[in-house]
Formats: sequence, structure tokens, C-alpha cells
Amino acid sequence: MDLFEYQGKQYFARYDIPTSPGGVADSVGEAIEQAKAAGFPAVVKAQVQVGGRGKAGGIRLVNNEQEAKEAAEFILGLDIKGHVVKRLWIEHASDIKKEYYASFTLDRNAKLHLAMVSAKGGVDIEEVAVTDPEAIKRLHINPIDGISYDQALELAKSAGIDQEALEGVADVLVKLYECYTLGDADLAEINPLILTPQGKVHALDAKVTLDDAAAFRHPEWEAFRGVSELDGRERLAKEKHLNYIGLDGSVGIIANGAGLAMSTLDVVNQVGGTAANFLDLGGGAGADVMSAALEVINTDDRVEVVLVNIFGGITRCDEVAKGIVDALSSVEMRSPIVIRLDGTNADEGRKILADADLRGVIIEKTMIGAAKRAVEIVDEGASK
Amino acid sequence: MSIFVDENTKVIVQGITGSQGKFHGLRNKAYGTKVVGGVTPGKGGTDVEGVPVFDSVQDAVAATGATASFIVVPPRFAPEAILEAAAAGIGFIVCITEYIPAKDEAMVFNVLRRNYPGTRLLGPNCPGILSPGKCNIGITSGDIALAGGPVGIVSRSGTLTYQALNELSLKGVGQTTCVGIGGDPVPGTTFIDCLAAFEQDPETKAVLMFGEIGGSDEEKAAAFIKENVTKPVVTYIAGVTAPPGKKMGHAGAIVSGGMGTAQAKMEALAEAGVHVARNPTEAGEIMVDIVKGL
Repeated sequence: MDLFEYQGKQYFARYDIPTSPGGVADSVGEAIEQAKAAGFPAVVKAQVQVGGRGKAGGIRLVNNEQEAKEAAEFILGLDIKGHVVKRLWIEHASDIKKEYYASFTLDRNAKLHLAMVSAKGGVDIEEVAVTDPEAIKRLHINPIDGISYDQALELAKSAGIDQEALEGVADVLVKLYECYTLGDADLAEINPLILTPQGKVHALDAKVTLDDAAAFRHPEWEAFRGVSELDGRERLAKEKHLNYIGLDGSVGIIANGAGLAMSTLDVVNQVGGTAANFLDLGGGAGADVMSAALEVINTDDRVEVVLVNIFGGITRCDEVAKGIVDALSSVEMRSPIVIRLDGTNADEGRKILADADLRGVIIEKTMIGAAKRAVEIVDEGASK
Repeated sequence: MSIFVDENTKVIVQGITGSQGKFHGLRNKAYGTKVVGGVTPGKGGTDVEGVPVFDSVQDAVAATGATASFIVVPPRFAPEAILEAAAAGIGFIVCITEYIPAKDEAMVFNVLRRNYPGTRLLGPNCPGILSPGKCNIGITSGDIALAGGPVGIVSRSGTLTYQALNELSLKGVGQTTCVGIGGDPVPGTTFIDCLAAFEQDPETKAVLMFGEIGGSDEEKAAAFIKENVTKPVVTYIAGVTAPPGKKMGHAGAIVSGGMGTAQAKMEALAEAGVHVARNPTEAGEIMVDIVKGL
């Protein structure tokens, strides 16, 4: 789960990482109140999960109520790379002497945690990574050992952090590591991490991605849910506990297993079609899950044909077939369904479908055959 | 021959009294795998359809001489279960558990690497290992495999592992061993581990490798193949059409920047002399042709 900046800052606060005081606003009126509470000059920041919002006009410095009003009116509803701004974060403007960068993530190559620190923080850090990679210092951390304050201090020194900020940066690094590990974040990043003229070091931004698998030990994450940027289809799928990603094509895809689902997208593409979505039923999917999947796909009016690709392992094909029969008795499908069943109990599954004699359901034996048939159906529809 | 397991491998099932553990443990036993015991704390002394249950892995090893463990427990208990097996001297651990937090995975991997270098972990979040006719540890359906070789299979995705077995078996081409390494961020066993073992195995004549987007294990495998593998390798990488930046199910399958894209992986593998197929069926067809020409 990706957190918005304001949520990331709330999460940082749990680990004593210093940030500027501020608040959220969903309307122009709230924005003015929050700006007054924070004290002028204040910064009004768009809350979207996409980079480049500053360049898109999503961050404004305001000196009085009138400016706060104008900024909020401009930014709320602003479309930043397809993300429409619905919420603002407003905080007291910080005086900035220097901008640094700090992050923790997993280095899958080394199978160790990785700290990255740079004295060249700010909007162009990704460019720095390309043009001046030496400016970003890296330290691998074995999870058994963790990172000590002394190691953090050494890392900050090697990255060229100013003398007066060294202790502050080292302190933030130790706390950010705790946020990353104890907080079960896949990514904990501060850009920029600033030094103020008063010699204080604090986080001006927060980018946190939480590891959904660790939700069982973080009841506090509940507060972050319900405000994510899912579209309507994705929200419905989430309610049904399906692994779904909306795309723009015309072939609705249902498969069991992420690999097979990705492969199904590939094959549809190779035979000239486009996928409307990625949908992985997961392992051991029964009739109820299949039924939910068809329901979700059916809400997508871009879909002209549904392709169900199942290779039974834990998942049993007879259960899948029952799910299709069940679903079709309650849901009126808007488009035909092409089904490929293989693996555990495939013969039983195919028999259940054949016996039910369902209208608009086509059974194919192979993955490629099923993809071709699905794309033919789309093409026939287009030529009508 | 087979890699990592054979007909003499003695297996215990950690979590055998749970519904999944019982179902798959007994299914593995029915396949012919030497399932010699199970472990569930507090249930020692009982049995699951004739398979004795022990309180700890240590007790199970002492009583049965088990050398391998099949872990089927929920995510919050899996890390401890893996380390318990390693501490009891188990040399080969298969963990199918899905949704283990990445921090726990990284910790377990590094504890194994530092304290139990002789222990191999397969997974987590993998379908397991199957050597047709000899040993099946995991959730793969044994009846889609064909004994006798000569192909070794290694795959990240579970369902694509079954697809790979099926493509070959339908065309009468058997397998020596089929290894599902799983798609999590910190897998215990990698493509390279399997490629090295298949290269050493005299009965394996060619390797079918199914990868997917995310991470850089396929690129590393390509470099390894170029230097160390003399046997023909056929590959398919899932996710060519996956939109960048989207997380498609596997925690590992995250595309960031230009790294880890299907295109980058396919190019690296082709450059290493690997036959790169566009879909699983094509990969199977290429492999059948190679086996015919051996």
C-alpha cells in the first residue's frame, strides 16, 4: 500500500522522525483554516501518489488567507498525470538551507537492506542517480545486525552531508530504519530531508510504501485504508479479495496465479487482442471466488469477451466450473466467455460446463486456442 | 538422476494437522514420496492417517531420520518454522507459505546464510519440487509430470510451473526434476542454484526456465548461463505486456525504471545463447525439437 505524503508523515511521527506541523484539507474552506493554524507563510501541497506534482503546479507557497484560498481553488481538482487532486496537505513553510536525500529499501540482488543517502537531495534526485551516481552513497545492512548510530554517522559523512547537519541526519537515519523495519515498509524515503538555518534536520516530504503482507501485525494501518486511489473496478475487486488491476483493452481476463495471468495477457496480445484487466484468482479459488471475479469483470463496459484461463493445482477445475455455472445463474453477463480448463479435475470441470449447456460459454482446450477464439469474438463484434 | 531430492529423501510435514498440510502431505505420500512424519506443537504422539506426528522438528528428525521438510503453516508462523527445521539439521526445506512479510523473509534468508550455510530453502511462496516417479514435495499435481527425463524445469510462477510440465508431458517429453522457486522478493533458491545443479546432473540434457518481470534474477541467470551452462536452455518470461510500475500479484514482480522488464530479461537471455520463446506453448515446442535432436 502506497501512502500519501500526509499519511507518510503521520507514520514518520510514530517513529519520532521530525516533520513540520500541518493538517489535511478537502475543501477550500478547510484549507484556509489549516493554513491559519499552521501559520503563514504556509505551503499547500497536492496529495497524489505520483511524482512531479511540484512541476505540475501542485505545490504553492502562500503568505496570507487570500493566497491560501487561491492556491486551494487551483490545486483541488487539478489533474496531475491522470491523478485528480482531492486532498491537500498544508504545513508551515520551512526555511531551507540545504536539501538532502535519505531512503531505505530492500536490495533484492544482495538480499540485504539498502540505505541510500545524498547531499544532493530535492526534485532532481533521479537525475542525480543517472548523471552523478557517486553523489548517492549506499550502505548494505544485514537485517541480523541492523544499523548503528555510528554507522549512520559514517554514511552521512561519506555522502558529504554538512558538518552541522551530521548528527541530525544520523539520528533521522536510525529512526527511518526503524520505521522501515519495525514499520514493515517496502520503501521509506525522505526527499528532501532538509537542514534549516537554525541547524535543525527534518523531513519535508515522506514516501512510504507498506508491505501488505505484514498487515496482520499493524492494526494502525486501518486508518490508511479507504482513501487509496483505486478506480471503481479496483475497489469492487478489493472488496471481493481479488488481485485485480484495471487496464484499457477489450478482453477481460481471469486466471489463477499471477504468472499464468501475466502469461495470459501476453498471449492475448500476441494474437492481436488487448487485455481489459489483470485478474489473479489466487491459489485454491473456489466457486464463490470465481463468481465474484465474473461479477467484477461484468461491471467493466470496455469488456467485449471474457477469457478464463485456469490451470488447476490447488485450484480444482470442477470448483471453477461450478462457480461459472453459479455466477451465470445470478449475473447476466454482458459478453461471451471463453474458458480453458486444465490440471486438477479438468475433465470433471469441462463435463459440468457441458452439462449445464450455458449460452455464450465456449470451451477451448489450450491457452493459445482460447486466446485466439476470444480475439476473434472481439473482431467479429467490431466488424458488425 | 534428480536434483536436490531423490527416491530416498525422507520428508516431514510441518503443519501436517492443518487442512492444507494434511491434504498436500498425504497427496505427496500417495505419490510415493517418503513422508515419514509430521510436526505440530502440542500434537506429538498422535498420527495423521498413519503418519506419526511430533511436537518438534528435533523429535521428528531423531525418530525418523528425516532430511527434508515441507512447511505448510500460516505466514506468521512460517519464519520460525523454517529456522526450527534448519536448527534441527534439516538440509532441504520447502516452504509454500504465501504472504510472508518481506522483512521476515530477509531475516530468515540471512540467518540461514550466516548460521546454516548447508541448508537449502526452496521458496517461500513456491509450488515445491517434483522429481517424477521419485519424490514430490509441495502442491504440484504429480499426474501432469512424466518420469525419465531428459528435461530439467525451473520456474518462478506456480501455475506456469504446471503449464511447463504439461506442455512437455503432453508431447511425451519427460522431466528429471521440476523446481518452482517462487516469486517472492527474497527466494531461498534462485535460478542460478538450479541451473548449476542441472548442469551437474548427467541425466538432465536440457533446461526449461520460466521467469517473469521484476527483480534481476533472470539477468543474473543469463550471465551465469553464458559462463557455466553447456546444456541447451529454453526460456519464457511472463509479463511482456504488463504495464510498468504495476504490482501484479507477486511481491517480487515490480518493474521499476528500465530494470526487470520482460524485454530486458529476454534480451539478456538471448544474448547468452538461450532460446527465448514468446509464450509457454512455444517454449514447449522449442524444447521438444531440441530433445528430438539430442
